Amino acid sequence: MTGERLLLSGDDAVALGALHAGVRLGTGYPGTPSTEILETFDRLGGRAQWSPNEKVALEVACGSAFAGARTIVTMKHVGLNVAADALFTATHTDVDGGLVIVSADDPGMASSQNEQDNRHYGRAAAAPVLEPIDSQQAYDFTWLGLELSERWKIPVILRLTTRICHAKTVVRPRRPHQDAGALSFRRDIPARVMIPAFAKPAHRRLRQKLAEITTWNEAEGPIEEHQGSRELGIVATGVAAVHAREAAPEASQLTLGLTYPLPLERIRAFAATVDRLVVIEEGDPVLVDSLRAAGITAEGKPEQYRFGELNVARVRRILANDTSPETEPPAGKPPELCPGCSHRAVFETLRDLDCIVSGDIGCYTLGVLPPFSAMDTCVCMGASVGVGLGLRHVLPEDEARRVVSVIGDSTFVHSGLTGIAEMVYNPPATGHVVLILDNATTAMTGQQEHPGTGRLLDHSPTNRISFESVCTSMGVDNVHVLDLHHDAAGLRPLLEDLLARDETSVVITRQPCVLAAPKIRLYEKAAAEQAETQD
Amino acid sequence: MQQVKNIVIAGLGGQGVIKASDILADAAFRAGFDVKKSELHGMSQRGGSVSSDVRYGEAVLSPMVPPGEADVLLVLEATQVEVNRPTLRPGGLLIGPEVIEPGALRNRKSLNVALLGALSTALEIDQGHWIAAIHANLATKLHAINEQAFALGREGATRQLGQ
Ligand SMILES: Cc1ncc(C[n+]2csc(CCOP(=O)(O)OP(=O)(O)O)c2C)c(N)n1
Ligand code: SF4
Repeated sequence: MTGERLLLSGDDAVALGALHAGVRLGTGYPGTPSTEILETFDRLGGRAQWSPNEKVALEVACGSAFAGARTIVTMKHVGLNVAADALFTATHTDVDGGLVIVSADDPGMASSQNEQDNRHYGRAAAAPVLEPIDSQQAYDFTWLGLELSERWKIPVILRLTTRICHAKTVVRPRRPHQDAGALSFRRDIPARVMIPAFAKPAHRRLRQKLAEITTWNEAEGPIEEHQGSRELGIVATGVAAVHAREAAPEASQLTLGLTYPLPLERIRAFAATVDRLVVIEEGDPVLVDSLRAAGITAEGKPEQYRFGELNVARVRRILANDTSPETEPPAGKPPELCPGCSHRAVFETLRDLDCIVSGDIGCYTLGVLPPFSAMDTCVCMGASVGVGLGLRHVLPEDEARRVVSVIGDSTFVHSGLTGIAEMVYNPPATGHVVLILDNATTAMTGQQEHPGTGRLLDHSPTNRISFESVCTSMGVDNVHVLDLHHDAAGLRPLLEDLLARDETSVVITRQPCVLAAPKIRLYEKAAAEQAETQD
Repeated sequence: MQQVKNIVIAGLGGQGVIKASDILADAAFRAGFDVKKSELHGMSQRGGSVSSDVRYGEAVLSPMVPPGEADVLLVLEATQVEVNRPTLRPGGLLIGPEVIEPGALRNRKSLNVALLGALSTALEIDQGHWIAAIHANLATKLHAINEQAFALGREGATRQLGQ
């Protein structure tokens, strides 16, 4: 403790914790509610970079940790699906530098396409999971995660949720870790090359590591016990733990910090001190199922509380076993595309042409709402291309011809490129048309850079990937670039022409996002001035 | 336990709801209270409903104001009053944009800070902490205009809310 007192969001607390713990590299891909972690880490002087997607981000992070550097990688919950292939085997390898994988879940779906509960990943991939209850713990657990990761040479998941990431609470930081030691590569082939001969013993080692971490968690893990009444005992995790403390201040409560692997004996001992044990957790019944599997008698929450976020009122209802219907809060006004947004012209055209639109994720998903109602599918990032191709393959010709895939620029780099490879490799009989809506930013998550903008996370210049060159060299028949600012009216005749052909086409529409445009001008000016002083 | 003060600030995206709650939370923090604030945000696009919860006191547990327990509901946009009314406790204080006379603000963008001025008359946080929080959360070139807006809100509240 330094005596300093700060009011920080959970995201900013993770960034500060990473900085103070000596993290040498932060990687990630934007996604609400995780995005601010790397932005703040950069602002505080840390080295942070956006990757094209979460899988690459985790791979870069693994390399950095193999080299002995403390590393964090950040993403939203669904990002871990993209990174899962790397995750499931990375847990079998030995990391030298601490590796913390931040997964920011979104129960209630404030800004997501699903409310999956990433605590399952800890169990499935055999990665320890830390769940903070506030910004102080977000700070402390970033640090603790790195230490556990180094001690047992295993990646650790720091599982946050929206109300941790975006809530501000008081943080008392510690004195920063001083370790600027030089790194050098240490060869350890059996621990890092996962061919079956090495992966078999690695799997046994992994289970041994988890057993040792369990013992540590039982004895000295981050567990808070509040001794209250005998009638009611609560076991809780994450932000639900503070809701529970408020909803039932008289109850005894065990708040778990390292929630995988669980300190089951500690919980069993706590259970023995109370007459009734209730598990308070947001999302899926992960914790309660584990307790029951271990033979600990515990109540979970009625099924209706699996959906959405918990809050103090809902926890009171769970404790009262109240399954009466809940009053829905009045619906607010939904967001809409900004006035002047370049996506508007595109969706007006698609609506007017009565296209079947295979959509994707980004600001432009709002094209599904009136007055456009011009989106027919949206599953996950990058799906627009594959889903559009699938529709084309099986629909009758007159309908197949109306199918268009629509994808944003950041999403295209994230996971659209492989879709284009599929289109070139397995072209539908009627061809296909893909629209890349290039608004020069990742608008949805607050205007982050990506490999197609030619700027780094801190907005300084770097190499830029040219979508038109990529698509041409991949073998797309027709590649067009349309400047929407000067020629929005040109989109309709161009699409009519391309839809009539049996060829593969990509149309890149260009016009900066109106919120990003003024900033982009500043970045460009700064880059020009920088270049001049270097001449 | 000492009472926790619950304040909900609501409006539409782009109006500065979150900035207002940042300033309020910072002012309470500077006054030495335990503070928690939270909201749902993340969408870039403008115009949707936004609300933010701020709680302060000796020790705050949940970062969310439980429904029906807000002591004050501060609304920046008249259409958002009904949507947010269920958060207010019986007898709680509602502060709406009408506290500020139309045309009184030099720049409508500082309505959020003007309404914080009105709110400040109902809370036990020293003026000095408010001004420090305004300075810490806004660019230097916006300080003067927002201090004026804050003062205007205080006057408006004293006049209309009779405090
Ligand atoms: C796997 C995954 N990672 C991250 C996100 C969060 N996310 C949703 S859309 C999007 C990118 C949007 O950028 P872009 O495609 O350029 O469209 P824009 O918002 O600019 O219109 C991101 C990062 C997600 N939904 N899924
Ligand atoms: S933030 Fe940009 S891309 Fe998103 S709706 Fe507004 S103008 Fe369009």
